[in-house]
This record gives sequence, structure tokens and C-alpha cells, in this order.
Amino acid sequence: MAEETKPQSAATEGGSSSGGGRPEGRSDRGGDRGGPRGPRPGGGPGGPREGGRKYFRRKKVCKFCVEKIEAVNYKDVRLLAQFVAESGKITPRRLTGVCTPHQRRLSRAIKQARNIALLPFAGRAQ
Amino acid sequence: MNRSYEVMFIVRPDMVDEDLNKLISTLESSVTSAGGTAKSEIWGKRRLAYKVAKFNDGIFVLLMIEGVGSIVHEVERRLRVTEQVIKFITVRTDEELKRLDKVKKIRESRKKTSTATVAPVTPEASSEPAAAPTA
Repeated sequence: MAEETKPQSAATEGGSSSGGGRPEGRSDRGGDRGGPRGPRPGGGPGGPREGGRKYFRRKKVCKFCVEKIEAVNYKDVRLLAQFVAESGKITPRRLTGVCTPHQRRLSRAIKQARNIALLPFAGRAQ
Repeated sequence: MNRSYEVMFIVRPDMVDEDLNKLISTLESSVTSAGGTAKSEIWGKRRLAYKVAKFNDGIFVLLMIEGVGSIVHEVERRLRVTEQVIKFITVRTDEELKRLDKVKKIRESRKKTSTATVAPVTPEASSEPAAAPTA
């Protein structure tokens, strides 16, 4: 159980801190379209913190944590391709709901796959 | 002090089978003569995600090596020299395997302790499948 709660607690901690510290509406990140975002979609039962946040997204769980996929290999293209956009870019964590350690491993694997021509750097993946 | 590596390389698609086997056996012998173990897998022809050396397809070969770093250095040198090889990547895998083993052991030890005591009625979802794996 410790393993299950660990990513959740880490995610909720991250979510609450960012929700509190982020200035309302301002985003200096280029990709943050759509104005102020609600609490970060951390894994598991978070529930709308600080009540009244309208932009609460549906609960998202880390696919790797749920299915207990430990090893992310650059070789399994099908798994990696799920986390890559049409343009070939790596989808951000806030959209896929992946937890941080898995996202780091995932992005490393994607970059390795790109280097060995299993995934494209830009453009559609076949 | 045995590190494990994976070398994946791509060979021109118009290469003959026997030449490919010859190349692989040369690489394997260079590994074993230097005191390591090698295992190879031929993945076959696959479409590349982008053009490499003006080719759109390539034959993928995976070579798993166990040994010291100098062995891999030699293998990479040979790959660079070989004209037929158009791309390669070396990945070190022993740290990852160590971590996977550790996680597996932690999971198993947790399963054992919870099935042994039986007392905790609290739903331990990770340990319940140990007794009756729900597929």
C-alpha cells in the first residue's frame, strides 16, 4: 500500500503547492493555453482542494503506476507512441497524468527511441 | 564487475542474410574473445521514422553484451567502420535491472508478510493478488 500512496501523496503535494503559489491567470509558460488551471491533475482521489476551483479536471492516474509497468524501454514503440503527440512532441505530464519519476523515464526512453529512428523527431509517427 | 549493455544497430535494408550473420558473428566473437558474453536478436526489416542515409527502411539488430566498457568500445568502433551499419545506439542496462530486481523483491517481501500475518483486514490491493490473482 505504501507504494500506491507514495505517488499519490507526492502528486497531491505538488498539486496543492502549485495551486496555492501560482498567480491567478498569469502564465509565463508558452504552452499554457486556456487561462488559469485548477489544481494539478495529480493521481488518485484528490478532490477539489480549496473549494470553488472551477477548472477541476477529471481525475487522472499515472498509467504506469496503475498497471505497475516498471521498466520503460525505448524498444516498445507502441507504449511510447501513446505519450507522443501527432507532431512527434512528448505530451506534457499534466495532460497524460503520468507521475514525475515515470515521466522522466518515459521521456528518456522516447529520446532514445528517436535516436534509433523508432520514433520521429518531428512529424507523424507511422 | 559485469556491466550489461544493449547495442541496437540498423543495417541497410538491401543487405543479404548471410552477410548480416557474418557481421553479427564477427561482433560476437570480438566480445567473447575479450572476455564477455554476447547474445543477438535480429528484429528484421522495419520502417524507419525518418530517412537515415537515404534509406526509409532498415534491418534492426539487437546485441546484448555483458562485460567491461572496453568491449563495448571495440564493438562501437567496428560498427562505425562497417559501411552497412547506418545507425547504432548503446544503452547501459545493469543499473535498470538492479532497480527492477529491488522493486520486485520489495513487492514480494511485502506480499509474504501480509499473507503470513493474515490479520490486517485493511485492503492491501497490492498483496491480495498474491493469494488469488485476479486476472
